[in-house]
Amino acid sequence: MVARQLMPHQDAKERARNFDEVALGYTKEQAIAEASRCLECRNPKCVQGCPVNIDIPGFIAQIKTGNFGDAIATIKLTNSLAAVCGRVCPQEVQCEELCVLAKKGEPVAIGRLERFCADHEREKGVVTPVRTQPSGRRVAVIGAGPAGLTAAADLAKAGHAVTIFEALHDTGGVLTYGIPEFRLPKAIVREEVDYIRQLGVDLKVDYVIGKIKTLEDLRGDFDAVFLGTGAGLPNFMGIEGENLNGVYSANEFLTRVNLMKAYLFPDHGTPIKRGKRVIVVGGGNVAMDAARSALRLGAEEVSIVYRRGEDELPARKEEVENAKEEGIVFRLLTNPVRILEGENMTVKGVECISMELGEPDESGRRSPVPKEGSEHIIDADIVIIAIGTSPNPMILSGSDGLKVGSRGTIVVDGSARTSLENVCAGGDAVTGAATVISAMGAGKLAARTINDYLMNN
Amino acid sequence: MSYTILEKKQIAPQVHLMKVLAPDVAKAAKAGQFIILRIDETSERIPLTIADFDAGEGYVTIIFQEMGKTTKQLAKMSDTDVLQDFVGPLGKPADVQKLGTVILVGGGVGIAPVYPQVKAYREAGNKVISIIGARNKDLLVLEDEMQDASDELYVATDDGSKGHHGFVTEVAKKILDSGEKIARIVVIGPPILMKVAAGMTAPYGVETIVSLNPIMIDGTGMCGGCRVSVGGETKFACVDGPEFDAHKVDFNLLMSRLGLYRSEEAQCQEDHNCTCRSGN
Ligand SMILES: Cc1cc2nc3c(=O)[nH]c(=O)nc-3n(C[C@H](O)[C@H](O)[C@H](O)COP(=O)(O)OP(=O)(O)OC[C@H]3O[C@@H](n4cnc5c(N)ncnc54)[C@H](O)[C@@H]3O)c2cc1C
Ligand SMILES: Cc1cc2nc3c(=O)[nH]c(=O)nc-3n(C[C@H](O)[C@H](O)[C@H](O)COP(=O)(O)OP(=O)(O)OC[C@H]3O[C@@H](n4cnc5c(N)ncnc54)[C@H](O)[C@@H]3O)c2cc1C
Ligand code: FES
Repeated sequence: MVARQLMPHQDAKERARNFDEVALGYTKEQAIAEASRCLECRNPKCVQGCPVNIDIPGFIAQIKTGNFGDAIATIKLTNSLAAVCGRVCPQEVQCEELCVLAKKGEPVAIGRLERFCADHEREKGVVTPVRTQPSGRRVAVIGAGPAGLTAAADLAKAGHAVTIFEALHDTGGVLTYGIPEFRLPKAIVREEVDYIRQLGVDLKVDYVIGKIKTLEDLRGDFDAVFLGTGAGLPNFMGIEGENLNGVYSANEFLTRVNLMKAYLFPDHGTPIKRGKRVIVVGGGNVAMDAARSALRLGAEEVSIVYRRGEDELPARKEEVENAKEEGIVFRLLTNPVRILEGENMTVKGVECISMELGEPDESGRRSPVPKEGSEHIIDADIVIIAIGTSPNPMILSGSDGLKVGSRGTIVVDGSARTSLENVCAGGDAVTGAATVISAMGAGKLAARTINDYLMNN
Repeated sequence: MSYTILEKKQIAPQVHLMKVLAPDVAKAAKAGQFIILRIDETSERIPLTIADFDAGEGYVTIIFQEMGKTTKQLAKMSDTDVLQDFVGPLGKPADVQKLGTVILVGGGVGIAPVYPQVKAYREAGNKVISIIGARNKDLLVLEDEMQDASDELYVATDDGSKGHHGFVTEVAKKILDSGEKIARIVVIGPPILMKVAAGMTAPYGVETIVSLNPIMIDGTGMCGGCRVSVGGETKFACVDGPEFDAHKVDFNLLMSRLGLYRSEEAQCQEDHNCTCRSGN
């Protein structure tokens, strides 16, 4: 079997000190070579692993013959954020996991090929979409993250007049405020958003629903509403010392760095504490991003403290590998007990306890149990808590009747319908923190439901 | 988005009033809420209390003191200039009810945020006693407006240049000692003033409310940077507040967290001054 094409990367030592993109993308030759590995299965499994059902064998065949323009057109039939998905989707547990080649060796690098097509198109200039005949119906979309943007794009394509309301000053949701520049350049997010604007979608930033207007108001003003408000509320551990100066939620740390560009301080006005020894608590994508950002801000040592083992790390595998290469220290089977106070209410260190894996819990993962007497102290001046987020409750003020589950998630049926007529929801707001592509899948589903509703009412 | 400045004037040394055209915000605004603005692409997001608003004319008034880079830059702007972002109304509205007699205390630039509350408490049918204070008489803002809006107005200055020679809390204490039945005291001002006020009113058992001003970014509950400790529980001031029960607030934590970026701010100011000088 021909080996999988390696992704060209910025050198690990160098990139650990800059915010430029780490993965550089395939060349044309590499893309064609990689596409040629595809066996063109008669019954392709990969498509089943894609939450938005991209015609994967179709676009790969087009790459093989050098028809890159057709390839991106094929992708865009079902995915309006290809450049993003090609970069951040956890392909190893989706399409690539089901690739026949994965059984014997390495799967076709579907994600990298998707990225190649989108980048190739962007370099050549994106084709302006044709606008559809207006339907005369109006839809409000709340939140400009992947769920909201996808729903808006599909609804606009169906001819509905769509207005997106976004609380922050910029669009993209987590793509803009959470995922760092070195993994997802913001220029790319902006271009993807511009494409959606060209479809005729009206984007209103600085617009907090629940404050400036309520969901009830929007239900009156529009024919239907989609809620894509995400899971932006950071969880803290509730341990001693969490309010000390130098303890950040990953959301705050990443928002300062990404949305506010604190890495360009003082040219950009928002400051951030640049630690020497940084501890990041958690093992997901968010933790990896926070750790690698802290390193790029100049930290001498950055550790990931995670209570389970290597196999349980929920982050994308590629990002764990990148983090290791850059020199992030992994302190696995370790859990913080309290944060130690230094001078003037600053952080001095973290007391941790070692863990061992016990019986599997309800999630199927082996649950960690503390080892008695294994307490130890790790010095640190910055601690970043990346143990998860919950749905942002802001949307709920003034939306009586919207059914919400125990963890604050919005309750929907199999068609993305909420308990309120003409209101659908999807993405992290419904599932809790998940993935870009699942949020997009939910946005698509909701757009179909809303379209059906508008056509029948 | 962009938001036009309709009017801008200096109302005291280093204190400025600005009316900003933001019709949707003006329509939804209530006393006690705040906005977050961003001057341009590279600026910080800073929170400022809604000092007044006119839903009919579609503007929101803010009053701010020159503190650091952003507020100094804001002070240099003038009518017809535009702000890139102006988000609001954020935070919970003040819990204004008819209670009887209410004392509202504004210290320094805290006078501005207390002003809409004075009006709201009066409209709700309360007797409103207002106390305003500043370092000296030149720094007193909105004195006439406060006079008109209040049933009684007392003034205090640290240097005795006007009214009571001393702190606003001393005036409030005198009223409490006079035996007049006070249902609630609202205090807005520098954290140290709010802390002293909380300590002063505690023995009297008078409900005391403060409006907290921690460092914020989004103002929508998404970062937790604004967290404060109230009654031993962590709260996000931007969504759970900004008003809290003064007797439960950990003011030391608030003050310490407000100083978090002091060294970076100093650096930023130096840079800013340099650009200003070279621009002259
Ligand atoms: C640091 C980080 C790294 C990640 N890395 C990956 C990765 O590599 N791969 C992957 O697949 N997933 C990753 N994820 C997860 C992924 O980003 C999310 O699952 C996805 O963004 C969810 O999309 P969404 O549209 O549901 O919500 P969001 O992206 O959260 O967008 C919601 C938007 O709604 C706005 N909003 C909320 N409330 C209101 C309101 N009341 N009014 C108006 N607007 C409102 C918010 O401001 C926000 O912009 C990562 C997440 C983080 C935080
Ligand atoms: C809810 C709320 C309402 C406020 N209302 C008013 C008001 O009506 N009038 C007024 O003059 N001021 C108000 N403030 C304070 C005002 O936001 C700060 O003075 C301003 O952000 C300082 O920014 P700077 O760049 O000029 O100064 P910097 O040099 O950056 O900082 C000076 C000091 O201001 C504080 N500060 C800095 N950045 C922020 C931030 N992003 N958020 C909050 N505080 C910060 C810090 O304590 C800092 O030490 C309010 C603050 C809050 C949280
Ligand atoms: S300012 Fe970010 S949560 Fe309050």
